[in-house]
Amino acid sequence: MAKTLFQKVWEAHTVRQLPNGQTQLFIGTHLIHEVTSPQAFGMLRDLGLKVKYPQRTFATVDHIVPTNELKEPYSDPIAQEMIEALRKNTKDFGIRFFDTNTGNQGIVHMVGPEQGITQPGTTIACGDSHTATHGAFGAIAFGIGTTQVRDVLATQTLALSPLKVRRIEVNGVLAPGVYAKDVILHIIRKLGVNGGIGYAYEYAGTTFENFSLEERMTVCNMSIEGGARCGYVNPDQKTFDYIKGKPYAPKAADWDAAVARWKSFASDAGCQYDDVVKFNAADIRPTVTWGITPGQAVFIDEKMPDLNTLNAADRQTAEDAYKHMKLAPGSAIKGTKVDVAFLGSCTNGRISDLREVAKYLRGRKVSSSVKAIVVPGSQLTAIQAVHEGLDKVFIEAGFEWRGAGCSMCLAMNPDKLVGDQLCASSSNRNFKGRQGSQTGRTVLMSPLMVAAAAITGQVTDAREVFKV
Amino acid sequence: MSLAKITQIKALALAVPGDDIDTDRIIPARFLRCVTFDGLGDHAFRDERTGPDGKDRPHPMNTPQAKRAGILVVGFNFGCGSSREHAPQSLWRFGFKALVGGSFAEIFFGNSTALGVPCLTLSKDHLAELSALVQQKPELEVTVDVQNLKVSAGDKVWPASIPASARDGLVNGKWDPIADLLDGAAAVEQTASKLAYVVGK
Repeated sequence: MAKTLFQKVWEAHTVRQLPNGQTQLFIGTHLIHEVTSPQAFGMLRDLGLKVKYPQRTFATVDHIVPTNELKEPYSDPIAQEMIEALRKNTKDFGIRFFDTNTGNQGIVHMVGPEQGITQPGTTIACGDSHTATHGAFGAIAFGIGTTQVRDVLATQTLALSPLKVRRIEVNGVLAPGVYAKDVILHIIRKLGVNGGIGYAYEYAGTTFENFSLEERMTVCNMSIEGGARCGYVNPDQKTFDYIKGKPYAPKAADWDAAVARWKSFASDAGCQYDDVVKFNAADIRPTVTWGITPGQAVFIDEKMPDLNTLNAADRQTAEDAYKHMKLAPGSAIKGTKVDVAFLGSCTNGRISDLREVAKYLRGRKVSSSVKAIVVPGSQLTAIQAVHEGLDKVFIEAGFEWRGAGCSMCLAMNPDKLVGDQLCASSSNRNFKGRQGSQTGRTVLMSPLMVAAAAITGQVTDAREVFKV
Repeated sequence: MSLAKITQIKALALAVPGDDIDTDRIIPARFLRCVTFDGLGDHAFRDERTGPDGKDRPHPMNTPQAKRAGILVVGFNFGCGSSREHAPQSLWRFGFKALVGGSFAEIFFGNSTALGVPCLTLSKDHLAELSALVQQKPELEVTVDVQNLKVSAGDKVWPASIPASARDGLVNGKWDPIADLLDGAAAVEQTASKLAYVVGK
């Protein structure tokens, strides 16, 4: 019988059926960080349990790391306490830790792929909702809570129920200046922030086939913003080429067998999906959010919705959003004043994002009214960017060049909005208060749109600013 | 490990209406800078409740009945966004022992269930009735019947839903799966041995 990748991976990792009807699912790869793991280690100690497969858990530190302070002890004692707790926990339990002094530290969803830990046909869990990022490699990867982090540490398994699979097909070529970020924002806008509840999203079609792995990661990353706990792209030659030679990739003697195995996990032709949705790449334009959920988005040259055009439930959320964002219903978002520009995060903090922006940034200057920061998602990305001279391009243009971390995506570190500042952000969430100030405002967009906002001091169309 | 059988919760209820309330709003990220969950109850909905000037805002959580309520009535897609278990932990530590809503984000739902906090859903119309009733009559006791999949208040009874696996876990005192997962150790090793990437290939 023809099967989806989701079904095949699920079956390969099914340990048994639990008394309550759920599946005990083997989690082949477990990623941890400093925020959602300390309580799990505490529970483990309270129960007197060990880590079942310490070699299958990998740790790094990302959320609380200050990106403008590279030496310890950090001026924030709580950040120092959290990083030290992770050092102790990984040492006590024999877990590999990509610490700040390794040159391999970074946002957990960047470290996995960079190290070759993220592989097709595997199950990956992490106490972080953006774990869906790893689905770009054809893995079934999802976020979990802290009690579940304990479950994986203690048993390498989780109690779960299978998801339905929705195939989201996008076909065709994106117009210049339209990026993977616009594709996923468009999908979420159309299917809703809760449209994916109960589903895994399979991203398919020629647009995704033509995407690089980094672009696929941007899309899979934001599956959770559409309510889907995981999203994936079927593995192909690009996937295998990306993994080859990475530190944890299968070695030469095992390589061919690994590729054959990975290929076998791809969804079969003719398999049954629970739902299929199709989009045309040509219909997608640069997209920005105007509200407080990632689904509240418009094309840059569109007007924000009039409240009368919305149904009762959407209208209530929209009213709340307009009030928080201090924007007027029915008006254009283009021209809205920007105070901060943030380029980074597990959505768009990769080398290809930095390269694309740098390509257009030479000779341009950040507006004097804008604070602009660029935060490579990982140390390896930062090293590569410096090697290519990209840091100089950003600094010359007036961006602050920072160390690796989550930074202003969620402001658990010193990078925060102040008051009602409006941030043009390449991150993934525009929730109220998300960027560290309860009255702060976030407009999500692609990295090049962030650069355009930084230069003009306004939410604007990067295609016009950069003559794309 | 012996856990309480969670079959029915009778308590006063508090309505916090609105859809798509994300976990950043339930517990802002700055309160995740900690290595235990202690004290999180004080900060549930902190930035919704307190203005930038440090003064209380009009919010259901600031009303006298909030402290006495054991059931939280919410809207649709409650708990979306970040996977932080700190969110249900803060609600539970504040005093909510059950939630009733239109729908729940999956990770939030799983985290709540693992804490022994049932999240039941009602139809849109029924939820609107319950929410209105709770706001009109804060002294009315509400019953969340996990065993029989019903929510009732006064003379009103509404059919409620929760996935069968969660219901079974709660009513049988097996809502924390760790004991069952540990029981499967031999089968786990068998599965692991068949996975090339786990055995190092």
